[in-house]
Amino acid sequence: MRIALFITCYNDLLFPEVGRATVRLLRRLGHEVEFPSEQTCCGQMHYNSGYQDACIPLVERFVDAFAGYDVVVTPSGSCAAMVRRHHPVVAKLAADRGHGGVGLSERVAAVAPRVLELTELLVDVLGVTDVGSRFPHTVAFHPTCHSTRLLGVEDRPIRLLAAVDGLTLVDLPRAEACCGFGGTFAIKNADTSVAMGRDKVDDVLGSGAEVLTAGDTSCLMHIGGLLSRRRSTVRVMHLAEILAATGTDA
Amino acid sequence: MTELAGPTGPAERARRDRPERTFAGTPPFPEAARTALANEQLRANLGRATATIRTKRAAVVAERADWEALRLAGAAIKDEVLRDLPALLEQLERAVQAAGGVVHWARDAAEANSIVAGIVRSNGASEVVKVKSMATQEIELNEALRRDGIDVWETDLAEMIVQLGHDLPSHILVPAIHRNRTEIRDIFIDEMGRAGRPAPEGLTDDPGELAEAARLHLREKFLRARVAVSGANFAVAETGTVVVVESEGNGRMCLTLPEVLITVMGIEKLVPTWRDLEVFLQLLPRSATAERMNPYTSMWTGVTPGDGPRAFHLILLDNGRTDVLSDTVGRQALRCIRCSACLNVCPVYERTGGQAYGSVYPGPIGAILTPQLRGIAKHPVDKQTASLPFASSLCGACFDVCPVRIDIPEVLVHLRGQVVRQSEATHRLPTGEAVAMRAAAWTLRSPGRLGFAERAAGLAGRVFGRRGKLSRIPGPGPVAGWFRARDLRSPARESFRAWWRRTDGGRGRD
Repeated sequence: MRIALFITCYNDLLFPEVGRATVRLLRRLGHEVEFPSEQTCCGQMHYNSGYQDACIPLVERFVDAFAGYDVVVTPSGSCAAMVRRHHPVVAKLAADRGHGGVGLSERVAAVAPRVLELTELLVDVLGVTDVGSRFPHTVAFHPTCHSTRLLGVEDRPIRLLAAVDGLTLVDLPRAEACCGFGGTFAIKNADTSVAMGRDKVDDVLGSGAEVLTAGDTSCLMHIGGLLSRRRSTVRVMHLAEILAATGTDA
Repeated sequence: MTELAGPTGPAERARRDRPERTFAGTPPFPEAARTALANEQLRANLGRATATIRTKRAAVVAERADWEALRLAGAAIKDEVLRDLPALLEQLERAVQAAGGVVHWARDAAEANSIVAGIVRSNGASEVVKVKSMATQEIELNEALRRDGIDVWETDLAEMIVQLGHDLPSHILVPAIHRNRTEIRDIFIDEMGRAGRPAPEGLTDDPGELAEAARLHLREKFLRARVAVSGANFAVAETGTVVVVESEGNGRMCLTLPEVLITVMGIEKLVPTWRDLEVFLQLLPRSATAERMNPYTSMWTGVTPGDGPRAFHLILLDNGRTDVLSDTVGRQALRCIRCSACLNVCPVYERTGGQAYGSVYPGPIGAILTPQLRGIAKHPVDKQTASLPFASSLCGACFDVCPVRIDIPEVLVHLRGQVVRQSEATHRLPTGEAVAMRAAAWTLRSPGRLGFAERAAGLAGRVFGRRGKLSRIPGPGPVAGWFRARDLRSPARESFRAWWRRTDGGRGRD
């Protein structure tokens, strides 16, 4: 099975350790991943901000970079959802516009369904919930909106976390409530975004967790930014980092 | 009786001189939201109210094993209506006429308002009682009738609170959701006497006492009014039957006591057959008030001699709806049955309240309906309207609860595209945002350019960051909004892509 890693642009730039953890984790489970260097971005920021035309070349690049792999894994529920749910829409847009995109819909149809969020790959394809990690900390899990509502990862992350040695999973009140990140929403509607985020932070602090984890670093970047400004000692970590941990590195 | 209650007293004159508030002049959403967010009382009232209704709705929806099938049926029936709308509307018209009603067609708000005013005047009336209705709020009927010297009395309890308080609605179903009991008592004490029967002496904020005060105040209006105005939840094309569902019974008083009944109905409110109502009378109450069945369901077909109004007028309102219909993505908004479930689960609405949306249709459905009704598909819209599709984090909670499966996030993103294209078409110079987005797209089209940008960002992070984080960035600009309350992780010294190349994917020396 040829597995490609889609790192996502913001993990590439801001959170490379999430990509390294993903590689380490899969290697420990006996699977090599490849990193197609032609990859850049799924186009979600442009798509969701109203610049759908600008997505067309990004979608073309995506299908070119990831054609021929059995599975494309990404440590982001949001970007996986963008590819699976919205790349077909962009391909149709390209066809309607009549530029580029020759056969783009067919190429998207061949690649997009193979793109899996990390916990989907682990549980559904590799069939593991105990990935052999050790993380002796108290952890709260935030089910991000796109993982939950667009991808439907359901309880996969929880099952993986529950099997981590030493980990105490605590309940996050109102867990399903949006943290308020929302991409450019965080900037265009900064006040509302922050108001939503502060309520999430209150719930995180009330949960007694040392670490908040999620399947999307974008949401964690927002919640973590608020925690940091509040000088909280609660850390935010991507699921991949916890699942890759062996107890000696964290 | 206080001196304020006299029909020619100073307060009466003041009331007549004081124009009712409208949403005109609402600033763009981010600014309106900032004002609303600063109102702690509003947030407390809303947080409590939406949390309660969310929990109740989830419980009554969970009772139905066939809820998804009902949603699919509701969406399919509404799609059929939208597809066959011209024929169904004509069928409805014939059925209403055959049952003794009069049908009017109104292209826009002005036409609808003048038809209503004409009917009221031709019946020699100078006041109307109203059943809660979104369509008449949309066309600002109350303001139009008042300009024509016709008094309008809202009889839905929450609409009455809004009207007495010279306030604006903030919710589709519960327009006074932003008010708590104490505020309502104060409004009753201060304002009821100016509008009719004053509040009883020593009124407290006990819900029973408040309801009794409203009952007494409204009773004299019900018994006196000769004309009533309503909206419609549904109209059955095959029989000409109009349906209003409500909780209080005040609607039924309006629908049965006056001599003349005028119903203003958006053209999308049709269902083809009586049998189709079965689906919606299950979907609507559970989604709206978290009830298995609403307390009052009123249905009437034209006029019935000796029973109820002697004359019935049905006004079919377009007011932008046919433009919405022409948009293949946006038209699903016309499936809406005004239940408010999307408002009650929306994390943005919960914090900002409804007035920040600058429309009688607030929340997620308002963010997609208002811009479309205001013609976004046809012409550039004002800044406030253009800000609405961006008033969402795209969390998707609204789509999950929508009883007619309107994919609100999909329509939001679609409308954002229309806003961006209109902005590009109308600005001679591109906006700062457009430049940034184009530059980002150009960078992301090439791994080489992306790698270069990552190295530059990593360097900038080392220059401006402290202990691996940024707390501000130099200069103003829209991105400064991030840093008002949030830090940002500094861009990595070494991007993932650079690490992979240097270490051969971690296989080499790290």
